[in-house]
Amino acid sequence: MAKSKISVTQEFLKGLWNENPILRMVLGICPTLAVTTSAINGVTMGLAVIFTLVMSSFIISLLRKLIPNEVRIATFIIIIATFVTVADRVLAAFYPEMSKALGPFVPLIVVNCIVFARQEAFASKNPVGRSVVDALGMSVGFTLVLLVMGSLRELIGNGTIFSHQIMPMSFQPWMAIALQPGAFLTLGLLIGFANWLNTKGKKK
Amino acid sequence: MNLILIFISAAIINNYVLVSFLGICPFIGVSKKLGSAVSMGMATTFVMTITAALAWLLNKYILVGLHLEFLQIVSFILVIASVVQLVEMFIKKVSQPLYEALGIFLPLITTNCAILGLALFLVMKQYNFIESIFFGFGSGVGFTLALIIMAGIREELELADVPEPFKGAPITLIVASCLALAFMGFSGII
Repeated sequence: MAKSKISVTQEFLKGLWNENPILRMVLGICPTLAVTTSAINGVTMGLAVIFTLVMSSFIISLLRKLIPNEVRIATFIIIIATFVTVADRVLAAFYPEMSKALGPFVPLIVVNCIVFARQEAFASKNPVGRSVVDALGMSVGFTLVLLVMGSLRELIGNGTIFSHQIMPMSFQPWMAIALQPGAFLTLGLLIGFANWLNTKGKKK
Repeated sequence: MNLILIFISAAIINNYVLVSFLGICPFIGVSKKLGSAVSMGMATTFVMTITAALAWLLNKYILVGLHLEFLQIVSFILVIASVVQLVEMFIKKVSQPLYEALGIFLPLITTNCAILGLALFLVMKQYNFIESIFFGFGSGVGFTLALIIMAGIREELELADVPEPFKGAPITLIVASCLALAFMGFSGII
């Protein structure tokens, strides 16, 4: 790995596009599909992931020399689960309605491949500063995709974005986009579109 | 009768993959060949049934009994990790070819969100012990069903002329969208 050859800014930016967890690596699909029925749900979920990923990357890269290699997976899971519990309880205490809307998907951040993959691939091998920047880039990239998906599905399925009416009143909402089939379809088209953009960029 | 309803509801009406969006990673990752889809489905069903029983006991007698509900997430994930470890050792002992066929996907069941989701749903729905086991088994069967249907379609899809950017995950998601549309037809049966 070209360690420390790329600048901190690039470390952050790679999460947004080149190594975007959803569009390029197809990780963490379950919450992406489930919570993006509206823009606000997507963003809340994204914030919970930012908190969990940044905090666990910070702790794990601090402890990276202390954690024995054989039990690292169990250790990572416990550290991640701790921060997820914090996020889940805070959400349930201050935003009970949002917590209900997201259902089991906040506790399920524990088994979100993105969080685990960053610990295994990055935080356990790199210094604290870099790991936090990497975690921030990845989780912001994740949140942006959730925001785009949530806005698109809310716009087509309900005619609104963040509950503001965008479409004219005569627009007949496509309910199916806000339901399960729409989730699969929107994500499939988004990933396809990202692939197309990427190959087009390379040819130039 | 109630048990049969729980089973059908978990397997078809609230199908984990196509209706509740749980366990999408293996659904996309392991659905390329019918054979590996079947074994992955079986391993998952097995883990799910055992997890349902253990999670119920753990929740009822330790977490609720000692007022430790806030430890739910941490303790469930530990139970799941140990069950998966046991299943892995069991399969390795009984069938070496199956063990090699499942490969990396067996340990990955630990991070299959369908399993943790199952444990969390159990607590939410307040089933009793027997109902929990049926719920776990039904969920596993539903997961296997979705995986097998998808694998069947993807084997045919290999021959289709898919535009280059849509090969792999995107076309799988679009096919899944059609399947989800079909499964929506089941809603409201019970």
